[in-house]
Amino acid sequence: MAKLIKKFSRIAIANRGEVAVRIIKACEELGIETVLLHSEVDINSRAYRMATKTVCIGPAPTAESYLNIQANIDGALGAGAQAIHPGFGFLSENADFAEAVEKAGLTFIGPSAEAIRSLGDKVHCKELAKKAGLPLVPGYQGENQAVNNLIQEAERIGYPVIVKAAAGGGGRGMKLIKSSAEAAELIESAQREAQSAFGSPKVFLEKYLDRAKHIEFQIFGDSTGHVVHFFDRECSVQRRHQKIIEEATSPSLTDELRRKMGEAACAIATLGKYKGAGTVEFLLQDGEFYLLEVNTRLQVEHPVTEEVLGVDLVKMQILTAQGEFLHDPTHVRIPRGHSIECRIYAENPFMGGVPSTGLLGHVEWPEGPGRRYEYGFDSGDTITPFYDPMIAKVIVWDENRPRAIQKMIRVLKDSVVFGVHTNIPYLIEILSHKEFVMGTMTTRFIETYFADPIKEPEMTDVEKKIAAEAMVQLRGGAKATGGVTPVTNSPWASFWRGI
Amino acid sequence: MEILDSHIDTGSADFKANKEAMLNVVKEWRERVDLVKQGGGSDATKKHKARGKMTARERIEALVDGGTAFLEFSTLAAWDMYEGQAPGAGVVTGIGVIHGTECVIVANDATVKGGTYFPMTVKKHLRAQEIAMENALPCIYLVDSGGAFLPMQADVFPDRDHFGRIFYNQARMSAAGIPQISVVMGSCTAGGAYVPAMSDENVIVKENGTIFLGGPPLVRAATGEIVDAQELGGAQVHCETSGVTDHFAEDDQHAVEITRSIVAHLNRKKTVTMNILPTEEPLFDSQEIYGVIPKDSRVPFDVREIIARLVDGSRFHEFKALYGKTLVTGFAHIWGMPVGIIANNGVLFSESAQKAAHFIELCEQREVPLIFLQNITGFMVGKKYENEGIAKHGAKMVMAVSNAHVPKFTVVIGGSYGAGNYGMCGRAYQPRQLWMWPNAKISVMGGEQAANVLLTVKMDQLAAKGQMMSAEEQAEFKRPTLEKYEHESSSYYSSARLWDDGIIDPADTRRVLALGISASLNKSWGEKSQGVFRM
Repeated sequence: MAKLIKKFSRIAIANRGEVAVRIIKACEELGIETVLLHSEVDINSRAYRMATKTVCIGPAPTAESYLNIQANIDGALGAGAQAIHPGFGFLSENADFAEAVEKAGLTFIGPSAEAIRSLGDKVHCKELAKKAGLPLVPGYQGENQAVNNLIQEAERIGYPVIVKAAAGGGGRGMKLIKSSAEAAELIESAQREAQSAFGSPKVFLEKYLDRAKHIEFQIFGDSTGHVVHFFDRECSVQRRHQKIIEEATSPSLTDELRRKMGEAACAIATLGKYKGAGTVEFLLQDGEFYLLEVNTRLQVEHPVTEEVLGVDLVKMQILTAQGEFLHDPTHVRIPRGHSIECRIYAENPFMGGVPSTGLLGHVEWPEGPGRRYEYGFDSGDTITPFYDPMIAKVIVWDENRPRAIQKMIRVLKDSVVFGVHTNIPYLIEILSHKEFVMGTMTTRFIETYFADPIKEPEMTDVEKKIAAEAMVQLRGGAKATGGVTPVTNSPWASFWRGI
Repeated sequence: MEILDSHIDTGSADFKANKEAMLNVVKEWRERVDLVKQGGGSDATKKHKARGKMTARERIEALVDGGTAFLEFSTLAAWDMYEGQAPGAGVVTGIGVIHGTECVIVANDATVKGGTYFPMTVKKHLRAQEIAMENALPCIYLVDSGGAFLPMQADVFPDRDHFGRIFYNQARMSAAGIPQISVVMGSCTAGGAYVPAMSDENVIVKENGTIFLGGPPLVRAATGEIVDAQELGGAQVHCETSGVTDHFAEDDQHAVEITRSIVAHLNRKKTVTMNILPTEEPLFDSQEIYGVIPKDSRVPFDVREIIARLVDGSRFHEFKALYGKTLVTGFAHIWGMPVGIIANNGVLFSESAQKAAHFIELCEQREVPLIFLQNITGFMVGKKYENEGIAKHGAKMVMAVSNAHVPKFTVVIGGSYGAGNYGMCGRAYQPRQLWMWPNAKISVMGGEQAANVLLTVKMDQLAAKGQMMSAEEQAEFKRPTLEKYEHESSSYYSSARLWDDGIIDPADTRRVLALGISASLNKSWGEKSQGVFRM
């Protein structure tokens, strides 16, 4: 059945930060204008400066702006956009939003509301997986959400058990129950968090795999619903279920395993009538893999796939939404080299990762071959406390994994971010860790080796002196008042903290 | 000027052994200082910072000019007191330079029991004010305190030198033209409210800073009125409505910048002029002091070896070198500034005391600051000496020291015992600053002497009854006295109770003295009234 091609001349972006910049760039290359739908505080950002048009859709709190369905649609319509790209996070996996967008006569750049419902809701997704014959982690996805029933189910599955939000993603509302003693408390707390984060208290349970690797497959359904996979990524380096370092392809898969998992990923996506970019996440332990969940959107870590395959997933998303993208069966995609992504967070690595917000001072990303930076803020912008504190993604590509690791460490060391603390020192320590270098890390890597905040390195005397001198310059020099004691002769005129 | 020659062999076994012993003493002190500088510990600090606050030390670092020295006082105040609840007595004090102006900074450390005032906190705060008064240095109070530590109110509140004295001092200093500036960065409740209220110019930080005589719970209990802290006494109220504060700061860093700007407009100038020469380093490394001080405190050493490592170019114009040789006196420069040095080189005799009195008169006449290097067991005793009138000769020295109008600085480099402490400008003689080396000891007499005095008295009593003590009984009798003196004479015991202004690294002595002298140039020293009496 031939589908009508509708060309967009203007696309609205219901997102912020680096992903908004990413989408604007893809649009610019396709000759499409952009409308940034932003909150009041996000006017100091690259996306705001780059977008063709900007529309303020509400105050800083996400519920009143980025999560407000009507405000986003009104903004897009008012600015004359024909489509909305939701980015990732916020409303990107919200079926109601996708539906409302289409109802308003706009195109939602992503899968259909129906596909989001069947694949995005974790419980429905697992039912679909059973149909497709995908192995699942033992668990409970039932409707009976009474705490007593959930405790019984947890006992049946056997501890350790994970409880997580049915509608969630990214680790919010997720808890690890180690014994029956703490089951009731943690289940109730997960339900509360699910309610406040996703608007639904529904949770499900599953067995906790204690030495599993996180492997995911990038899938893509073209305009006719033909799904292929774009190979795998490994994201085992996670802190509190939040990915920190991702790479493509995984160092842990055999060709056979890669083929089997890829086929499984395509099977479930095909069953869900999937169009556009999506990700099928698996846990891999002792050579067995289990379906974790399906993310019905672009992933934060999509650039590593783009680097090893030489594709542009965002442009493909837009073309698919226009109805003009078809997979070419004669075109065989083969991953080349290795790519790693590090998420740069504004946080203090020496104090256990507490957020570090404020004005960005000088920021500089060291250019060079095989280096890519996705960032949403420049020098002089403010990192606000309202949103995820990720300020940039650093992506490198090299011929093989050891070289990519080496390159990433060098790039991080040369990166300059003044004004806020970042997790860069933390990332360098992770990248240098033997287990990571060997590629044998599991999802418990961080809690095993990096449970405590890393130690702040002592400043050397030279560094202290330079810092002190910089301070003098900043303040226009230490001037003596009276003029009785010449400055150079004053015992005060050099840095000393001897007592 | 004569250059002091050193006769120390820095390659000798003795030197190395001494150095190792002193390095250990200094290392132990550094460890204790590092511990105290962590304030109330990492948990309390984390909580403190979670409110967007800087720590007391970070605030000071931000406040002072970049690349300048900070002279901290009584870092180890309250050491080993109050069951370790009050590291540094919960307040950081010192002299720092802001826009080139030397200022006394008093910063509450809210990570230590909410910055409440223990008895030693009060003493440390008052001492900082005293230093400000003596040297006419503007006072900057970085206020973040819950007021008096209530369980110890009887030792904090009522007496002359207790909490109320803080505000009295503020009033007197303000009248004397010494600017009083408060930066409210946390709570200022009850009595604490008077710190900003009594100040000349105030800054307050949004949200964190509050000032009220009675907090919301007290107001509710007293009048039934329900009010939150911000409405009661937040930054906005005090800047817009009450006028208790003058400047509204967004956060700590902003408050610090405003405060720097206030100081930039104080119009301070140094009033004392002196003939300052270009600075010269001593010819000998000051670190060699470690090996000069014998590890056994009973072994004598030539104090000129220390002076050679303190003064500019190791140049020392010695006065009366051949008279009263157990005391060394002479002129030198430290950091280009002229000083008169009086240093012990043995027990004090009548001649040494007269020489000291004479030399102090010279410094008085020439307007030269005095430096006392204390290492003194006391005045000589015995019939010959009492008969020649050592008491009146000693009194001349004490008289001269007490009435000297030039600034005095004392460093205890060894023992500080008995009347020697008086003549050599102990705490009671109001030196501008008094520092101790970590190896120093201070008590009315040495433990051994005290124990022997008590033993002699006891044996005399027993002898009157025809009884005797065995050697073991004697040792057992002396033991508690020896232990008590050992404990109470340590530099830490002294520093904890503010008998001094702090313990310093011997190698830093030159710098610490220079900073103190520089600060003393801010206030006129007054005048000498007599000529020089030849003693």
